[in-house]
Amino acid sequence: MILDEELFKRKANLSSIDKMFRTLSQRVWPSRTVVVRQKHTLPDLPYDYNALEPVISAEIMQLHHQKHHQTYVNSLNQAEEKFMEAKEKNDLKTMIALTPQLRFNGGGHINHSILWQNYFPKGGEPEGDLLKAIDANFGSFDTMKNGLSSSAVSLQGSGWTWLGYNKSTNSLAIATCANQDPLEPTTGLVPLLGIDVWEHAYYLQYKSVRADYVKNIFKIINWKDVADRLATARQ
Amino acid sequence: MLRTISQRLSSRCMSLRQKHTLPDLPYDFNALEPVISAEIMQLHHQKHHQTYVNMLNQAEEKFMEAKEKNDLKTMIALGPVLRFNGGGHLNHSIFWQNLSPDGGEPEGELLAAINKDYGSLENMKNIFSAATVAIQGSGWGWLGYNKTTKTLAITTCANQDPLEPTTGLVPLLGIDVWEHAYYLQYKNVRADYVKNLFKIINWKDVSGRLVAAKQ
Repeated sequence: MILDEELFKRKANLSSIDKMFRTLSQRVWPSRTVVVRQKHTLPDLPYDYNALEPVISAEIMQLHHQKHHQTYVNSLNQAEEKFMEAKEKNDLKTMIALTPQLRFNGGGHINHSILWQNYFPKGGEPEGDLLKAIDANFGSFDTMKNGLSSSAVSLQGSGWTWLGYNKSTNSLAIATCANQDPLEPTTGLVPLLGIDVWEHAYYLQYKSVRADYVKNIFKIINWKDVADRLATARQ
Repeated sequence: MLRTISQRLSSRCMSLRQKHTLPDLPYDFNALEPVISAEIMQLHHQKHHQTYVNMLNQAEEKFMEAKEKNDLKTMIALGPVLRFNGGGHLNHSIFWQNLSPDGGEPEGELLAAINKDYGSLENMKNIFSAATVAIQGSGWGWLGYNKTTKTLAITTCANQDPLEPTTGLVPLLGIDVWEHAYYLQYKNVRADYVKNLFKIINWKDVSGRLVAAKQ
């Protein structure tokens, strides 16, 4: 339920409709918060599979989107289904046993949904408030890039490196998460920019040389999207 | 006086510590085709395993330097690097031996143990496959031996965590499900890779490890 609301808010930016939905469901079905749960769906890419070449090949984009992300979506829906069935039976043990699956597949869905928006074929540079924040927290854009890169390259196993926003301190931070652990539920940081270093994100093209992939990724970052996320987080 | 001399000598011996080296494969890079491509074998051995060896040597070097200075914080901080690269070296060294172009089938003591603990080879393979395919992220599936209960066990470890230091089980047979182990050939279909891997298991090596563990 929480995942649906977040994604809906992000897409439509219509918080008043969101409030109305919640009030309506509480009035009509006061004892239940979820009735007609919507299934998660694979978001479309905002560009063609080959749009990010030569940085990321069309083959990787297609597999990454249609196989890996789709699988997280399918498995997440299944896990939520089972969770709701267990909840109806008050089967707490099963509900708890399902949380790793919810985290892994829910995290996979959240992370990749952000990732596709974080990319942009023409790349660019950070500006305005985002650039100010980067300079304030890291000294310079280059220093931030180096920090993010070395974190991504040295991550052991599968995971993500994030540029995130700390609401409490009003500052940017670099953090890593293992596997598909989603940044905000895990660390409290709001995700701005993610680098996926699971091998499926780069291996077909870069083989074992993760450093080259990470270096090249900076050529296709959608800094407007990153800036938007910061602006939203600061509201 | 003698104690001081022996202390000086032993610290010299520590600095003449042998470096870890990449073990040779017992077969050519293309020997495991079509199950595992030559391209994967070469990258896996010469790049991934070699990197674990190099990084392990570096980490051990730094650890010894820190020890010489009694720098406990640094020694502790090096733990994860030692575990990751040491585990990577241990795991892959076992893996290359676990595989063979013509590995046969389990027999003798090994087959008896499999039948006793799992009912049949088929059942063991099914449980092993399911556990390994289900690993979230990077890691290894293991058939191991529990010395205390004298039984076989199937378990998984994350990343390069080595089986015995992590669980106490003696490693008999490992399945690497880091994506680099199969992606170039099998893409996201890990299940096909794991299924096919059973065609190239060196069951004599697995047996040998069980016998050694029982001693």
